[in-house]
Amino acid sequence: MEKIVKLISQRCNKITPASVEEYCKANGFNGLKKAFTMKPADIVAEIKKARLLGRGGAAYPAGAKWEHLLEIPEFPKYIVCNADEGEPGTFKDKLLLSQDPLGIIEGMTIAGYVFNSNDGYIYIRGEYAAIQRNFQEAINHAIARGYLGNNILDTGFSFHIHIVTGAGAYVCGENSALLNSIEGKAGRPRIKPPHLAEVGLFSLPTLVNNVESFANIPVIVQLGGEKYLSYGTKDSGGTKLVCLSGHVAKRGVYEVPFGVTLRDIIYDKEIGGGTTQGQKLKFFHLGGQSGPCGIPDQLDTIYCYKALRSAGLSVGSGAVVVMDESVCVVDYLKKVTEFFIHESCGKCTPCREGNWQLFKILCKFQEGLAVEEDFAVMKRLADAMTNASFCGLGQSAAVALTSCLKYFKDEFKAHSKKQCPAGHCFIDERGE
Amino acid sequence: MPNELDSSRILAIVEEKGKSKEHLLSILLAIQNASGKNYVQEEWAKIVAAELNLSLSMVYDVLTFYSMFSTKPRGRHVIEICKSTPCYISKSDVIAKIFEKHLGIKVGETTQDQQFTLQYTACVGACDIGPVAKIGEEIYGNLTEDKINSIIIKYQGE
Repeated sequence: MEKIVKLISQRCNKITPASVEEYCKANGFNGLKKAFTMKPADIVAEIKKARLLGRGGAAYPAGAKWEHLLEIPEFPKYIVCNADEGEPGTFKDKLLLSQDPLGIIEGMTIAGYVFNSNDGYIYIRGEYAAIQRNFQEAINHAIARGYLGNNILDTGFSFHIHIVTGAGAYVCGENSALLNSIEGKAGRPRIKPPHLAEVGLFSLPTLVNNVESFANIPVIVQLGGEKYLSYGTKDSGGTKLVCLSGHVAKRGVYEVPFGVTLRDIIYDKEIGGGTTQGQKLKFFHLGGQSGPCGIPDQLDTIYCYKALRSAGLSVGSGAVVVMDESVCVVDYLKKVTEFFIHESCGKCTPCREGNWQLFKILCKFQEGLAVEEDFAVMKRLADAMTNASFCGLGQSAAVALTSCLKYFKDEFKAHSKKQCPAGHCFIDERGE
Repeated sequence: MPNELDSSRILAIVEEKGKSKEHLLSILLAIQNASGKNYVQEEWAKIVAAELNLSLSMVYDVLTFYSMFSTKPRGRHVIEICKSTPCYISKSDVIAKIFEKHLGIKVGETTQDQQFTLQYTACVGACDIGPVAKIGEEIYGNLTEDKINSIIIKYQGE
């Protein structure tokens, strides 16, 4: 099978991003034109056939989400694009936002048409300030050429896209926190239910999808759901943008069809190209800080939602961070936990306190002071955080730690004896 | 470079961005950028709160929740070193030490001439070019000591 398939990244680095003319020449807006000839319910049916799972990380079936909103009789409805990409190791949305903004605009506009919505919001993280300006330029050009704004392509349908900036808060990637942030509040997650489809932005019915999910919509409308599905596996339709970073030769964003293996992603010469200077692979971290880590024995796992889940791994945001043997697992997890301490919104105790306590125990290991009981305490804390945290951030904050305890318990134990197999910790004490 | 923003400048920023709650973050970011000291003063927040019909406590909640804001003055240029794991395993801790050496300050501090504040940040979405530092809107990647040296010289000249 082909290891790189460019369905949504076909135009990236090929056209002037905000140019409607170049976008149209490269197959742009054909999805929107076709959508206008279809009934909203038929478009949703194609998305269901495509088995598109939400590409932000949660992997909720997009078709089911759209169908739910379609059945809600209240109007107006809002379309919201989640462009608050803050998951370390993830920079895929940046590629689409900066290189193919019109693709996202087209996807959001199709959604607007399906739900008879007149307003869409794209929440772009504050760190992408330059991208926000370029995106506004693309919006302006689309309006000037009649593909956005009032009376789009003389259909009588009007749709406006508004850009809202973030200001540095990872938790705003959580959909309800993101809506609070658009409303000018601190981005703390909301209690659910009510579902966002019913009580969303400004308390009105709302669709929230990730950038990559919206970019897939015009492709699915054009190809049809079945054809789109055929690029992936039976359960995981289409392609995925994966982002490679860490100790890998060719860091970057690649669009791969579901069905390739992790080995393909990390080692294929067209994709990752192996580890930096060929060092031995120690482990890899999938899906971002909130995802699980895996080991070389799992390299032949097929990259799709189902097979990864069976192997205790996950697609998540599409991040693949590669670590060679110079990385100490305890030290790495300490940094992961530090990130969650910083990003926890503080609203619920399991997340706010749990991450602190895990961090303290990891410090004990790194100082050679940990005892056997600490393993049980870490497990208890991780379980409490997973089961009792308020939102996905807390629920997934201990996932990396739990996976590493499975594979690297000996490395933890060695630290209890002031030994670091990676040669990273205790260096000062050895006087080196 | 203005040291203090007067109320007419704050009102002009509110007007330009739009007087509604969904523009609160962009208004506060614009004020912070215009301050010359990369912060938002309470007096300015009060004006914004009144214009947007929000309580000051709500605006303060926002200012202290989002990591891009500061309520205390910072250097003219804020150098933010990414400390998330993809950058960390690419030696961002070494990079931080080089910045500290060249600026003569520790992470979290501001140089005496108020030109630079050095601080850590979470992921800026440039993991493919780690280790990275963000200064204003610019991202500098694949950092080395030589690159850091020339970056500092460039900003000193501004």
